[in-house]
Formats: sequence, structure tokens, C-alpha cells
Amino acid sequence: MDLHTLTIHQLHERLDRGEVTSVEATEAVFGRIDQVEGKVGAYITLNRTEAMVQAEAADQRRAAGDGGALCGIPLGLKDIVCTKGLKTTCGSKILESFVPPYDATVVKKLKDAGAVIIGKLSMDEFAMGSSNETCAFGTPKNPWDLAHICGGSSGGSAAALAADECIAAIGSDTGGSIRQPASHCGVVGMKPTYGRVSRYGLLAYASSLDQLGPMTKDVRDCTLMLQTMSGYDPRDSTSVNCPVPDYSAALTQGVKGLKVGVPKEYFGEGLDSEVEQAVRSGIRLLEEAGAEICQVSLPHTDYGVAAYYIIAPAEASSNLARYDGVRFGYRHQEAESLLDLYCKSRSGGFGSEVKRRIMIGTYALSSGYYDAYYKKALQVRTLIVQDFLEAFKQCDVLVSPVSPFPAWRIGEKIDDPLSMYLSDVLTIPSNLAGVPCMSVPCGFSGAGLPIGLQIQAAHFAEEKILQVAAVLENELGVVGKKPSLV
Amino acid sequence: MEFETVIGLEIHAQLKTNTKIFCGCSTEFGKPPNTNTCPVCLGMPGVLPVLNRTVVEYAIRMGLATNCEINRTNQFARKNYFYPDLPKGYQISQFELPICEHGWVEITVDDTIKRIGLTRIHMEEDAGKLIHDDHEPVSYVDLNRTGTPLIEIVSEPDLRSPEEAAAYLRKLHAIVRYLDICDGNMQEGSFRCDANISLRPKGQEAFGTRTELKNMNSFRNVQKALEYEVRRQRDILLDGGKVVQQTLLWDPDTNRTNAMRSKEEAHDYRYFPDPDLVPIVISEEWINEITVSLPELPHQRKSRLIETLGLSEDDAGIITGDRELADYFETALVRYDNGKKLANWIMTELLRELKERDQEISQCQVTPDGLAELLTMVDKGTISGKIAKTVFQEMMVSGKDAGTVVKEKNLVQMSDEGDLLKMIDEIISANPDQVTEYRGGKTKLMGFFVGQLMQKTKGRANPQLANQLLAKALDNK
Ligand SMILES: [Zn+2]
Repeated sequence: MDLHTLTIHQLHERLDRGEVTSVEATEAVFGRIDQVEGKVGAYITLNRTEAMVQAEAADQRRAAGDGGALCGIPLGLKDIVCTKGLKTTCGSKILESFVPPYDATVVKKLKDAGAVIIGKLSMDEFAMGSSNETCAFGTPKNPWDLAHICGGSSGGSAAALAADECIAAIGSDTGGSIRQPASHCGVVGMKPTYGRVSRYGLLAYASSLDQLGPMTKDVRDCTLMLQTMSGYDPRDSTSVNCPVPDYSAALTQGVKGLKVGVPKEYFGEGLDSEVEQAVRSGIRLLEEAGAEICQVSLPHTDYGVAAYYIIAPAEASSNLARYDGVRFGYRHQEAESLLDLYCKSRSGGFGSEVKRRIMIGTYALSSGYYDAYYKKALQVRTLIVQDFLEAFKQCDVLVSPVSPFPAWRIGEKIDDPLSMYLSDVLTIPSNLAGVPCMSVPCGFSGAGLPIGLQIQAAHFAEEKILQVAAVLENELGVVGKKPSLV
Repeated sequence: MEFETVIGLEIHAQLKTNTKIFCGCSTEFGKPPNTNTCPVCLGMPGVLPVLNRTVVEYAIRMGLATNCEINRTNQFARKNYFYPDLPKGYQISQFELPICEHGWVEITVDDTIKRIGLTRIHMEEDAGKLIHDDHEPVSYVDLNRTGTPLIEIVSEPDLRSPEEAAAYLRKLHAIVRYLDICDGNMQEGSFRCDANISLRPKGQEAFGTRTELKNMNSFRNVQKALEYEVRRQRDILLDGGKVVQQTLLWDPDTNRTNAMRSKEEAHDYRYFPDPDLVPIVISEEWINEITVSLPELPHQRKSRLIETLGLSEDDAGIITGDRELADYFETALVRYDNGKKLANWIMTELLRELKERDQEISQCQVTPDGLAELLTMVDKGTISGKIAKTVFQEMMVSGKDAGTVVKEKNLVQMSDEGDLLKMIDEIISANPDQVTEYRGGKTKLMGFFVGQLMQKTKGRANPQLANQLLAKALDNK
């Protein structure tokens, strides 16, 4: 049996029954990595030695009767969360050799649960990108078609899952960075409510938008990961102190009587017909399963991208100021003065997309432009929040496409940042509003590329998303299909 | 042409919290470099700030003590600039929504009470320190101070002279000490001040071009630097020149100001609300709690001392201007209840001795009880007032109590008539010429005889008794 192909709950059952050990599962995952990583390129750093130690410890723990859902499960982590003693690059040359002295809260929670850390997954540099092509250490390929992007910025996480190079993964989502690659690679990815999961130890791109979330092979796994990752953290002032429900209960609730809103703005111009078809068939299935479908409107959707590309770069221009070559990371060796050290280290350490966003953000916050750009963007953000609050008076969840089109070819948009930015039009609003959302597989394009369906719900209504996702997963039978990778 | 000086001060007071503003590190001063640090104050990737509530409480205290409005919702903002002592590349401060606004304090200059407006008080984090190598072209960074909480107190441009500025600074210093929120040490930089200063023709409404003065690390330097800058700007204006808006550093060695390189001040700080910190919401309940717990403030204590003890305005002002001094005074008062005499002694002897030794009251060798004992000995006639001054100096040096000094040096006042008369007889016999002159009407010579007696008694003769007995002995024959 190919252990690496299992989901968390499938592996957990086998571990619990004593049929396999975590050491065997971890070895199987590394075996799979040895087999396909050359083609996929999902990882930046592998944690082989330490992972085997963790697997052994997990086996002992389980033998002692202390084996929870994640105990002994091999996970991949997006290289954006700090891992004590394990290199964390954020996909950037400027952090090429950075080894954090501490674990992110989420990493600590996963380790405490007994998870095995396989390695650090590829991503767009500082999570800035929609195709993983801005990573300083190579671009992972879409396992469904190696000539195509795997999406971004959590592209490594999605690609690794689709290629069975880990059992589950975590990603981070600032404007669609979990959902879009999940959609392109045919896996499940959730961005929880802003404040649901601690950001402590997550390398900040845009602090008011960033949120960590699970990326998994199916919906049940998503609940298991979310259960462990969620909760108030006194180290994160923006994490919210409200109880974490038992998410797995949502899996069997069904959708009878659930009001499913279809936002008309999400089906506008530029939407690929195959994507629309797949999503609409998903909506039909929900209706057949007893959901009430209604049309809703989120009138400010179109302004989301513009507001996002002011707010996110503004925050980023400040968040990335600490990478100055003084204390850690890349430092230019031939600087002649302090200013020279800053300029050369940052010019040499950051890639072009990161520099572009730092420049945009710096400009937007400059005196004389602040009101025209940053303040205005915040006002738009408020309007988008109101759109959602209004919509959720009429329905429980919103369903829509994730990406307007399936994965494009590598290199196709890299020289056209504006067109790349616009591809995030359907995922950005939920970050601006802070609402939870998910991408769940709902079909394939004619070319055999996966298509995801987006579900959004009101703040802290992750359970409703899971309810809908579980039904779709059962009815569509898409989850579980594997790319051939040959 | 006559000019009017316009000054506004920005004061930074380091708060006396045990831990830093956004992490759990100690704020203790003087530790080896980079030992009071953690990932958060080092600005490591991924860390987040968590606000220390005590900082907010201290800021509210200061706001209430200076008649400010407390903003029930206020917010932190990022002030962005690059410098190696600032590990995040931005300082967390407050900008659009500070915690306190629209306050005032009263100062007294030349017997006139004047109200000085406070624009705002905001909370922020301190930066680290750079240490430049004396031999190599390298600099070291010590981040122990990074994240130490500060409040910045910004005054309105209400100050009209360097004296007023100094009085205002002393007033705020006294308040932070009374509130016990800052140790007030200007040398160590826990209480520091920048000034904006401009001149305008008397009667003109519009402000002149201002300069910013930095690096004045004592009350004296603040006044000296401002006085220098008033002269400098006046000379420029009288010559028909224009004052250049710039930042100037006070050099206490040369007693002049020097311009900072313009590059160092050309900043656009790109302030924006810090997304890592939620707005601070302050409840009425909390404000009431803090209001009730506020200690007596300098002006309140001053009024009390004037009303209950009859101290003069000046004495009460100076004694209450320094919390430690006022505490010293009131502790001594427990054992010695003549407030006016005690105040007089402190104003003259104690402060002079401290000044000569360049000491603070906290370093004083003479305890309040010791001073009370000394003054009681004078009142009882055990020693004379003059001897007491000698005893006091000895106490300041050795730290011994008054009784011991008097005993060791055999300084007890001679009040025995028999002993004194015997000596007076000897003096009269030894100085027949002076006696004759005195008796012939040259009564001024009394001073000479008193001097002789004091010499014989090593100053211990009770002065009143000595005068009385001498007069009697000289007049009688
Ligand atoms: Zn610290």
C-alpha cells in the first residue's frame, strides 16, 4: 500500500490499529519525494533527520496511548512560518540562510499534537505572487500538468499535496494564496476567519490580511488541521478569544435548508466558461441536496483588487523594513556606508516583485499621498465589509469560482503583473473583509486541469463552509483523483 | 527691534515599568549588551507586539495629572525609518489618535502664574543604542533599551523665554516623579527634552522660522542652549538674515549649537495605524480607578505646606518641586515640628551643602531624623545655631548623627554662668586697655570681648548668655 497517498484520517486509523507506524509513513513520504520532487519542486528545505526523530517520538507516544488525530502525521509547512532550528526563507534570497530561534505558535501547536515536519514548502517570495514564479529558489510545477503553474503564493503546499509529497500542509492566505493554488492543484484549502489562527511566527506580508490555514487532500482532513491550528493566542493581539467548536461535527450536517448565495459579481466578464460550468454544476448539486439557492450582490467586488494593491503593499513596505542586512539574512559584503549597506543588501536580497510592492506601498503612504491612496483604500475596504454583512443577512454561505480560469502556463503572465493581479479578483474580497473561505475541488477543465469552488461565510462561521464542502465532496466525487505524474 | 521668543518642548519620559512595552523583557538599566532581549524586541521575522497594560495606566496617570482629555479609543501607529538601533525599521508610536490631548500645567516665573498648554501625550517604544568603536570604523548595536516604554509630552508653543521653558521642564519632571512613573534621570536619558524655538517681532501674530534643539541632558543645559539659540537667532534677524529651519545639537563642551547633517533629518515617516495592535479602548471604570489612586501632586502639596505651616511661596515651591526633597522635609517634620525653621535650614544649609557636593537629596548622608535631632539640640540650647552649622557639615561628611558629632568634638554649648564668669574675669584682666576704652564709651568693643570668650570656649559659649554676662561684667566696674 502506498502510505503517502493517504489522508490524515486514513493514516490515523491505520496508525491507531497498529497496522503501520509513523516511521514507515514518514519513510514512505520521503520515498515519494525522492521519486517525484525532481519534477515537481515543491520543497525549499527538507527536514529528513529531524522528521525521523519526530516520527519515532510520535510512535512512542501513540504506543503510550497518547495519539491524537495529528500524532505521527507527516506534514509540510509553507516556508513562511518560523520553525526553530529549521531554515525559514519565505522564498527569498534575503532570508536564504535564516534559521529562526523560535517556533511559530501554529508550528508549536502542530508539534505538540505530535505531527512530523517533513520540510518547508515553496512559495512566492514573501507570499507576493499568484503563480509561485517569484520564489527565489525555483518554481514548483503543477502535478496535473508540469508545464502549468501550481498557483500561489502557497504553491508548494498545493503541489506537494497533489503529488502526495506530504499527507497535509499549511499555507497562508493574504489575497487568495491558499485558495487559488488549492483550486489549481485540486486540493482543499481554507482561509479561516481573520483572528481565528494565531499569526505569531508567520512572516508578515500584509498584517491586516494574512491568515494561516490548512491545505489538505479532503474536507475531513481540513477539519482536523483547523481544529489544532485554531484558538486564541496571547502573543497575537489580533487573534480572537472565542471558543473553538468541534469542526468535525459539521461534516455530517448536510445542507438541507441552508441558504446558499450566488454573488452575481463573481460570474462577470473574464470568467472562463469551463470554470463557470463546473461551479454551476456544483451549485446545482447543492440545490439537489436541499440547499436554498439565492442570487445576491456584492456591489463593491470590482474595487477589491485596487484597494488590496494599496493596503497590502503599504503594510508590506513597513513589514519588510526589518530585512536590512544588519542583524540576519543576506548582507552585502562590499558596503561602504550605512546607506550603502541598506541599499545593496535590499537591492540584492529582494526579487523584483517584492521591490515593486515595496515601492508601491512606500508611495501610497508618503506624505501628500496618504489620504488619496491609503485612506481611500481603507474606505473601500469598509464598503466591502458592508457588502458581506449585507449578503450574510440573506444567506448562510456564498459560492463562486476561486480563480476566473484554470492554471495558466508557466511564464505566461510573469511579465504582466497587472493581469496577474487581476486574477485574484474573486479571492481578495474575503481577505479585505476578514471572512472565512475555502476552495474545494469541483471539476476539471477539458485540458484536465482542476477547478475549485469557493465557499465564503460570515466571520467565525467556518462550520457552515465545512457543511457545504462535505456535501460537495461526496456528491462530486472529485476529491481523491490523482495526477499521473509520469 | 524687540523680539518675542516662542518655545515649545517635546519631552520623552521613560516609564518605570518592570518589563518592556511590547514583550516580557526586563527594562533594567546597565545589563551587558543585548541580554535584555527576545525575538520580539529584536524584531525577528514573524514576531508580534503585545501591549503592556501598565504603560497605558502610566500614560493615563500623566494625562490626568496634567488636565488632559483621555481619548477613550486611541491607537498605535508605525513611524517608518531605517536606522540600526531600530530593528523593525519602524518605531511603534502614536500619531493620529494619541492617548491624551488638550492638557495644561501651571508654572510660576517671577511671581507670576502662567498656564502652559499640552498638545498631546502619546505612548511609544524607545530605540536601542549604537556604540561606535574608537579605533575601528565599526559600530555595535545594543538593543537592551529597544522597546522600553516612553511617553512623549508635547507642549503648545506657549513658552516665552528660556526661564519659562526651564520652569515648565522642572514642573513636568516633578509631576512624573510624584506619579512615580519615571525615574527622571536626565543623565541616563530617562527624562529628555527637545525644543522648538523661534523669534518674532514683538506684536507680530505669525510665528518666525523655528529651529529644533536636541541633546540637552540637564535642566541647566536646556536653559543655556535656549539662551544661546535666542541670541543666535536675534543676531541673524538683526543682521537682516533669515533663520534656517534645521535641527541643532547642543554641545555642552563648547556651549554652542551645531547643525545636524540635513540628510539625517530629511524623513518622511509614512505613519500608518499599526495593523498588529488593535485600538486601545479605555473604560470609564479604569479612568475612575486611576483618578482615585493619584497621589498628591506638586502644586497641591505646595498649597498645603503654605496653608498649614506658613511657609513662603518660594520655599514651598522649591521644596515641593522635588518629590524626594519634599518627602525629606515632611519626614523630618514628624520629629521636628517647626516647619518654618526646618524649611529655612533646608533652603540654606542643606541645599547649599548638596550643591557643593553635586549630590541629590537621595544621596544625602544626613537623614531627615538626623536633621530633626540637630535642630532640636539647637532649640534646647545644647548647641548654638552657629555650632550646629559646623556639626551639620561634619554629619554630611561622616554620616554620624548630631549627638555623636557634638560629643566627639566636645561641642556642647557652655551655659554655666560660673564657668563663663571665670573666663570673663581672665579676659578683663588680660585686656586692661580695651576695658578702659570700652568703659570710656567705645561700646563697639563688645564684639572684641565676645570674640575673646568664643576663642577661649572654642565657640561653645551660649551666645546670649555670653553677651549678657560680658555686658554685666564690663558695665559693673
Ligand atoms: Zn523582548
